[in-house]
This record gives sequence, C-alpha cells and structure tokens, in this order.
Amino acid sequence: MKILIVEDEPQMLENMKSSLEREHYRVETADNYLSAIDKIGGYDYDCILLDITLPDGNGLELLQELKKMGKEEGVIVVSAKDSLEDRLKGLDLGADDYLPKPFHMAELNARVKAIIRRRNFEGSNIIEFGNVSVRPENRTVYINEQVLNLNRKEYDILMYLISNRQRLVTKSALAEHVWGDHIDQSDSFDFIYSQMKNLRKKLSDEKATIMIEAVYGVGYKLKDIQ
Amino acid sequence: MKLLNHTTKYFSILLIILISIWAVVFYFAMLDEVYDSLDDGLENQKELILQAVREDPSLLFDTEFGVNNYTIKKTSQPVSEHFYSDSYRDTLMYMQVEDEYEPVRILESIFEHKGDYYKIKLITSMVEEDDQIENLVKYLIVLYLLLISSILLLNNLIFRKIWKPFYDLIGHLKNFRIEKDEPIKTKPTSIDEFRLLNLSVEKLTEKSRKSYLVQKQFIENAAHELQTPLAISINKLELLVEKNELTDLQSQEVGQVLDSLGRLNRLNKSLLLLSKIDNDQYIEEERVSFNEVIHRTVENLEDFAVHRGVAIYVDEKEQIDFKINKDLSEILMLNLIKNAVIHSDKKSQVKIEVARNSITIKNIGENKALNPEMIFKRFSKNSSNKSSTGLGLAISKAITDRYQLNLTYHFSGQHEFAIIFP
Repeated sequence: MKILIVEDEPQMLENMKSSLEREHYRVETADNYLSAIDKIGGYDYDCILLDITLPDGNGLELLQELKKMGKEEGVIVVSAKDSLEDRLKGLDLGADDYLPKPFHMAELNARVKAIIRRRNFEGSNIIEFGNVSVRPENRTVYINEQVLNLNRKEYDILMYLISNRQRLVTKSALAEHVWGDHIDQSDSFDFIYSQMKNLRKKLSDEKATIMIEAVYGVGYKLKDIQ
Repeated sequence: MKLLNHTTKYFSILLIILISIWAVVFYFAMLDEVYDSLDDGLENQKELILQAVREDPSLLFDTEFGVNNYTIKKTSQPVSEHFYSDSYRDTLMYMQVEDEYEPVRILESIFEHKGDYYKIKLITSMVEEDDQIENLVKYLIVLYLLLISSILLLNNLIFRKIWKPFYDLIGHLKNFRIEKDEPIKTKPTSIDEFRLLNLSVEKLTEKSRKSYLVQKQFIENAAHELQTPLAISINKLELLVEKNELTDLQSQEVGQVLDSLGRLNRLNKSLLLLSKIDNDQYIEEERVSFNEVIHRTVENLEDFAVHRGVAIYVDEKEQIDFKINKDLSEILMLNLIKNAVIHSDKKSQVKIEVARNSITIKNIGENKALNPEMIFKRFSKNSSNKSSTGLGLAISKAITDRYQLNLTYHFSGQHEFAIIFP
C-alpha cells in the first residue's frame, strides 16, 4: 500500500509519515505543489493526503489536475482552514474525505484505513482481529461467527480501536470520534468509562480473544490476547 | 426630555417670575397714579366749594352727603396748625347704584369762615380695586401665553431647522453598529460647531470601526496560526506515547500534557468559531427543526449527563422551525444544554421546554443568581469551573445575535436560559 502525503509544514509531515509507517504503509512525501505534481504524474498511490495551502499552489488545484489525469486515488483533504467552502469545494472536486487540522493521529489512521478499504474492496469486506470480525457496510460484529449486539456508540468505539489496533488511542481522540466534535468542551472524558465498561463486558462474555487495555491517564489500546 | 423642550421649559419659568414681579410693580404704579389723579380732583373741588361758601354762606349747612358729594360741619378751633392740612384716606360707602359698599376716596380738611371753624369732607368713588386686579391678571396671563406660544413656534420653526444636522447625527449614531455598518457619513452644514462635531464623530467612528476590524482579523489569524503548532505538538506526543518506550508514570505525565494541549486546542477552536460567526462566515441557511436538534443533542450528551448523575427531560409543547445555519443551531443547543448539565447538582434534572416561540433550559445548581451582565461575556468564568473555556455562552450569544434571536437568563431558585424566537 502506497500513500502520498502533500504537506508543506515539515514537522506535520514528519508526524503523519511516522504514524502511517507504523501501519506498514509505504509513505512518500511532497512538500510543494511542483514535486507533488511530479509524483502524482509518475506513480500510482492508494491514498493521497492533500494539504490545501502550499507555498507554490493550492491543494485544490492539485486535486483538479489529479482528476484531469483520470487518476482514481483516494484523496483526503487536510486543511487548517476548516471552512465550509473549502470542505464543500474539496468534496465537489472528488476528494473522498476532509480532515480539519488539528487532528489526532488515531483519527488519521482510521480515515486512511476507511479510504483504502473502500477503494480496494468497494466497501464490502470483513475486518478481522483475533476471533472478532466486523462488517462495516452493515455495522455488524461477529465473535466466532456469532453476532455480537452492540449499541451505536459501542460499535463506533470498537471500530475505531480496531482501525488503530495495537496502538494507543487517547481519550480525547476517542471522545471526539464517537461523541462528535463539539463534545470536547466538557473538559473531562470520564463519561467514556461507562460505555467502555459495557463494551469490555460484552467482549469478555462472548469470549473474544481481544481485550481493551486501559493506559491510565492517557487512553486505550486494543490487544490480541491469544 | 428633548433639547427643544428644555429651552422652552427654562423660558417659561423665567417668564413666570419676570411677569409676576412686573405685575406687582405695575399694579402699585397704576394704583399710585390713580390716587394721584383722584386726590388732585378732590383738592380742586375743595377750592371750588370754599369759593362758593364765601359767596353763599348757606352752603355751610350742607351737613349730609345728599345730592352733593361733600359735607361741612362746624367744629371747634383746632389745637394745632397741623389740623388745617388736608388728609386723604380710603373708606367704604354704600352706593345705591351698585347696591353694595364700594371703596371711596375721602378728603378731610378744616377751614375758617368769619371766625368760626368748619370741617369739610369730600368724597369721590374709586375705581374698583378688585376688578382692577382681576383685569390685570387676565391681561398678564394673555401676555404670558402669547409669549410662550411664540417661543414654541420659534423653537419649532427656527430651532428645528438650525439643529437639524445635530438630530441627523444622533440618528446616525443610534443606528450605528460597529460590526455591521459602513462608517457614518454626514451632510455638510454651514454651522461651525456642527461641522466640527460631524467631523469628530466621523473620525471617531471610523477609527473604532477600523480597530474593531483589525482586532477581529487578529483573533482569526492568531487562532489559525496556532492550529499547526498545536497539531504538531499533540501528534508528536501521541506518537511518543505510542512507542511503548515510556514508563507508566512518564505516560501519565504525557497524558496530562496532552489534556492541557487538548484544552488549548478547544479554546482555539472556540475562538475561531466566534470570529467566524462575527465575520458572517456561516452563510448557508435552511429551515431547521429545533425539536430534532434538541433530540440529537440530548442523545449525544446522554452518556455525559449520566456520568454526572443528571437527568435531561424534554417537554415539547410545540414545534419550532427556524431558518438558521444547521451547524450553528446544533452548536447553540449543545452549548446551552451542556452548560446546564455541567452546572447541575448531582441527581438533579435539566428541563428543556419547547413552547410556541421559546426554548427554555432550566437546571438546579449553585443557589445564587449569576450576573446577567457578565455571563455572556467572553472568558467570564464561574470560579468553580476551572477547565471550561469560558466561551460557551459567549458563542451561544453570538449565534442568537446573528439571527436576531433573544437569549435571556433568569434565576428563580433555578437557572433558566431561554431563547426567544421572533
């Protein structure tokens, strides 16, 4: 799997690169419009992360070029602007997703995975981890072929943790993903616990071979305990 | 009170005082003149009678005022020279014509005729004093009213014309909204003071408008510029803690730093949101059902509320649809309901009531009214709540202001926030 990151801020680029490399993607980078055009023209990628503001051009123009070349890459527009127009324009021009800065690394992973999944299996696929399998298209979870009944939030938590399996997910990243962007001002994410407790209980009751480990003060990590 | 009425008021007071003093002075002066002419008349008559007495002594026996207006009585020799002099006084006398006692002027004098002394009294009717005063007051009131009405007329016709630039300017200032309007433009005037005033106001408002724009821009720019370094720091720490190279204690410390950065991030996002609302960057509007927004918000906040031991009740008496930006409607309801949940006592209830043109959110918390002047201001924080951004209610207020809704606070044992729809 090859990913191209187009981002002019070196530190931001470095963060995204090292996070994605941990998922064993091959990551290439471009820090300006021209080198991005070169790379897009010369190679094929599974996913492109595109910053809108570049020193010598606009990420949205790059998106237009990409569509002109008839490329089918999945594109996530990354922007510090978070303005509605940019979001709509990006999606109109054929971007698959829009991720406003600042974002959590776990969120980036989950979005990239979702894009690659959609591209490669046209959305109908099964994600497996331990003896747990998930069918994202109808939001169902199975343990040893048995359906596990989860409510909406429990499903979202599990899916997010599976997308970031073996990695630490911070409480705030999880809360923002599951409870929405605006939940944040609530200054403490302790309310996650009750849903988390239920989910853990359901997993262990059905003898799942995966376990949600709490990293005290920071967040959670999904582990294979087989 | 209007400026015009002020001048009229002072003029009327001044005129009342002046005219009253004038009335007294005038009355006494008139009275003096009247007495003077009456007394002259009486004295002249006395001389005529004394001449007549010398020619016809029978007149000496006219002892009653009959057809004559004089009496002569024999009297003893006066003790001193003093009694020869004339004395005038006022008295009342019955008049048949008027059928009442009327004031008369009386002249008393003593004269000598052939060794005998006689006392002569002459009378003349006086102008009726009370009638005179009445007339005087009547005429003065007419004069006063004439003066006042001419002043009013003068004010309305001339002053109004002269003060027009001033009233125009006041009108402009009243409608001036720093965040919306163009700078104030005034019409040229020939009066120096007003020209100076117009110029100063134009300059002042233009300056405030500019600094307002600069400040607005500054907040937006600052918030934007903060985003990238914030993202980098948060992400770097996330990667660091993921590497599994830290001890538990170190991870916890990193976790605390992440929490603080998260708070900073939230603050920054709120500031950006505020400046976007101020800059009218939420253009898209649609008819939004607030009932649905409330349902979604309550659902999203359920876990949060349960964790705090707070129950949320929604009482929908009516449906409210309003043309508004969808994101902003959700932010508005979320902020208000979340605010109520955060400041609620444990095991209490948050009640949301949707009426015909209002949404009221009530909660039981600290049993003390908040300062309604302060709560909607930016960064005005309740001391008991250390980690809130202090922007939630300011954002709500900015949203309601943007759509000409009214956001009110009321305390009656419980805290009540209401959105009043037009």
